Amino acid sequence: MSTAFEHPTYNYKVVRQFAIMTVVWGIVGMAIGVILAAQLVWPQLNLGLPWTSFGRLRPLHTNAVIFAFGGSALFATSYYVVQRTCQTRLISDKLAAFTFWGWQAVIVAAVITLPMGFTTSKEYAELEWPINILLAVVWVTYAIVFLGTIKIRKTPHIYVANWFFAAFILTVAVLHIVNNAAIPVTMMKSYSIYAGAIDAMVQWWYGHNAVGFFLTAGFLGMMYYFVPKQAERPVYSYRLSIVHFWALIIIYMWAGPHHLHYTALPDWAQSLGMIMSIILLAPSWGGMINGMMTLSGAWHKLRTDPTLRFLVVALSFYGMSTFEGPMMAIKTVNALSHYTDWTIGHVHSGALGWVAMITIGSIYHLLPRLYGQTDMYSVKLIAVHFWLSTIGTVLYIAAMWVNGILQGLMWRAVNPDGTLMYTFIESVEASGPGYIVRWIGGLFWITGMLLMALNTYMTIKRSTAAQQPLPQTA
Amino acid sequence: MSNLWDDSLSGFWSAWIIVITLGTIAFSAWILFANRRTDKVPDAEGNVGTTGHAADGIEEYDNPLPRWWFMLFIGTIIFSLGYLALYPGLGNFRGILGWTQVGQWEDEVARAEERYMPIFAQYNEIEIPELARDAEAMRVAERIYQNNCAVCHGANAQGGYGFPNLTDGDWLYGGEPDDIVTTLVRGRNGLMPSWQQLGANNIENVTQYVLALSNLEHDEQRASQGQPIYAASCAACHGGEGLGNQALGAPNLTNDIWLYQAPGQSVADSVRQTLRNGRNGHMPAQAAYIGEERVHLVAAYVYSLNLDDEE
Ligand code: HEM
Ligand code: HEM
Repeated sequence: MSTAFEHPTYNYKVVRQFAIMTVVWGIVGMAIGVILAAQLVWPQLNLGLPWTSFGRLRPLHTNAVIFAFGGSALFATSYYVVQRTCQTRLISDKLAAFTFWGWQAVIVAAVITLPMGFTTSKEYAELEWPINILLAVVWVTYAIVFLGTIKIRKTPHIYVANWFFAAFILTVAVLHIVNNAAIPVTMMKSYSIYAGAIDAMVQWWYGHNAVGFFLTAGFLGMMYYFVPKQAERPVYSYRLSIVHFWALIIIYMWAGPHHLHYTALPDWAQSLGMIMSIILLAPSWGGMINGMMTLSGAWHKLRTDPTLRFLVVALSFYGMSTFEGPMMAIKTVNALSHYTDWTIGHVHSGALGWVAMITIGSIYHLLPRLYGQTDMYSVKLIAVHFWLSTIGTVLYIAAMWVNGILQGLMWRAVNPDGTLMYTFIESVEASGPGYIVRWIGGLFWITGMLLMALNTYMTIKRSTAAQQPLPQTA
Repeated sequence: MSNLWDDSLSGFWSAWIIVITLGTIAFSAWILFANRRTDKVPDAEGNVGTTGHAADGIEEYDNPLPRWWFMLFIGTIIFSLGYLALYPGLGNFRGILGWTQVGQWEDEVARAEERYMPIFAQYNEIEIPELARDAEAMRVAERIYQNNCAVCHGANAQGGYGFPNLTDGDWLYGGEPDDIVTTLVRGRNGLMPSWQQLGANNIENVTQYVLALSNLEHDEQRASQGQPIYAASCAACHGGEGLGNQALGAPNLTNDIWLYQAPGQSVADSVRQTLRNGRNGHMPAQAAYIGEERVHLVAAYVYSLNLDDEE
């Protein structure tokens, strides 16, 4: 990371660091996903060792893809977008550097402690208390840097992308701190201060808003900058962005109970979670429409611009998963889908189709600009990456739909005497083919990510070469 | 606070929930209506002018909300208000339908019992030894077994580490029909205390004696030193000859069947471990899960696994 590309006004160094780590953690996180997918087909791959067993690698996968890959992407793009749309440098280079190193430290701590078996057992909040405290400090610093930069902006308005980033940063701070409130008993063991149904509700209030704010609001911020930029078109509707922004953030807060349908959670809370999830369809689609319609008049660009294709397909998957989500939140549907691979398919249509695709599109826009160039080293490679990711996602989701519905139906099938028609293990056996297809989908994805790494490396190398003074021949 | 999660909420919490729920929905509707129209006139492409600000070169049109989207939003709100009228959601208001998830469950169970109980009632008339020879009944019973028992005792009922084999004719608590039914209805709690206090040397001696009881390879001298300790400490439960005691669930030590032998572990090691740390096996009571009628049937199934077909 040479200093030769220092922008006269903006702090691009921290953006470059996060952008590169996005690619690195993307590969690590997805490679673990591929291993998990393989373990579900060939359990021998657990290797009989505690550290490599499914139960320990699974949280490593989720933490690596959400917080390391997704998180690095959000840091990179939010720092870039806030500077460019506020026309001012980050409020503090030192604090920004602290967020980079602090965030990487949290991730490395996760990579070490999760395979060792340290976990709070709360999904997406597995890290134990000392790491959580570090994470909270880093996050508050992030809030200071981001909001501080907005405060010193040189533009009259705050651009819509920044509303989304700001909402994401503030909410995640609150979610993280409330859900992780715990009483430590040793250095690596703590107990949640909540108990029973309240603990479950707090966890899924957190869990759903991790989806809503970390995996959605933050990435909508990304979308609102990189889609119009790459398409070179104005945003479709300012008022649509106002309506869907406010509706999205207020409604998301309520949707958590749809993770706890038909449990010890009181009926009234379940109902509220369900109806709010249904209303959520509208604000979610508001974001999708605003992105899609921004392209009107620029559709022809899709033919030649694979980066734009990543962004558009991401929006399509966003629309699809936010239609599927509200459907799954309906109690009668959830009674079938819950506990099955359908949920896993839904997760990855959001996570691969939306989160990863929008990230990759944005990074392909970002990287050359960070290194003083107009384009990535190879646009062809981007096109190949695009097809690998799209096919991989479709394989993954389709396999999980089939598996999910198969499992749901097998579990509820009864014989004429009222006994269950299938044992659990028979439904596992029936899921085998789907697991193989999902694994193949994962291989497509990881291949694409390796191409991205190659393309990134070549882009940086080319630009470093271009910046170097010609060697003197003695 | 705990009140919040009870069946009925205090008046304050109930009102609070109603207010913030309806407030949230009203806010969404307000922001939707407030931004419904734009006063700009569309151009040739159908786009209205931009808002006038640009961020890093990105402009924003002031297009109105797409009509179908507007209607979709309204539709979800209407659906939600309708749902809240029919179902529990608004604090203590139970909804017009009077629906509860417990009520739904009870209804479904009642309907199932009504439909299926006659089948089991019929089987209940038949004594277990006879029922165990009824192929049709055993097909039903096997399904109950596979869904409720196989997780521990295995699909083939041959058990596993800590879970008894149900096919070998060796019974911890007895294999007569009544014994099996009691085991299933009430569950069992097997307790072998730890003998740590004997010291490592004595534990080794008793271990060798136990190996001798099952005619396995052992150290003669240690076994004979173990014998008096066995008589003093172990015989009360396992019997003087080591034949066990089904009243207590104390296993027979003479038949070379070992409940706690891990894969690859030697018998000596397993016995040593048992003596050192003790064991506590738990068979959960099944009556609460599947009801006594199905217990009768599945007990016959277990019984059938031990039938000598020549009989
Ligand atoms: C190569 C790509 C990927 C593969 C092969 C993959 C595979 C897997 C597998 C096998 C599981 C466990 C499913 C189970 O327990 O049955 C899983 C869980 C999960 N993955 Fe991925 N994954 C990939 C990429 C991603 C990405 C990019 C994200 C997020 C940005 C993500 C987020 C998650 C989440 C949140 C879960 C937990 C789901 C739940 O608990 O419902 N994955 N993944
Ligand atoms: C309107 C938007 C959405 C709604 C209403 C929604 C609703 C749901 C529902 C009902 C479930 C299943 C809960 C269960 O049965 O356990 C679920 C699971 C999940 N969804 Fe969504 N979803 C939405 C959008 C998204 C998006 C965009 C993403 C990802 C970027 C996402 C990620 C997840 C994850 C990770 C889970 C699994 C949680 C777990 O059990 O570990 N969702 N969602």
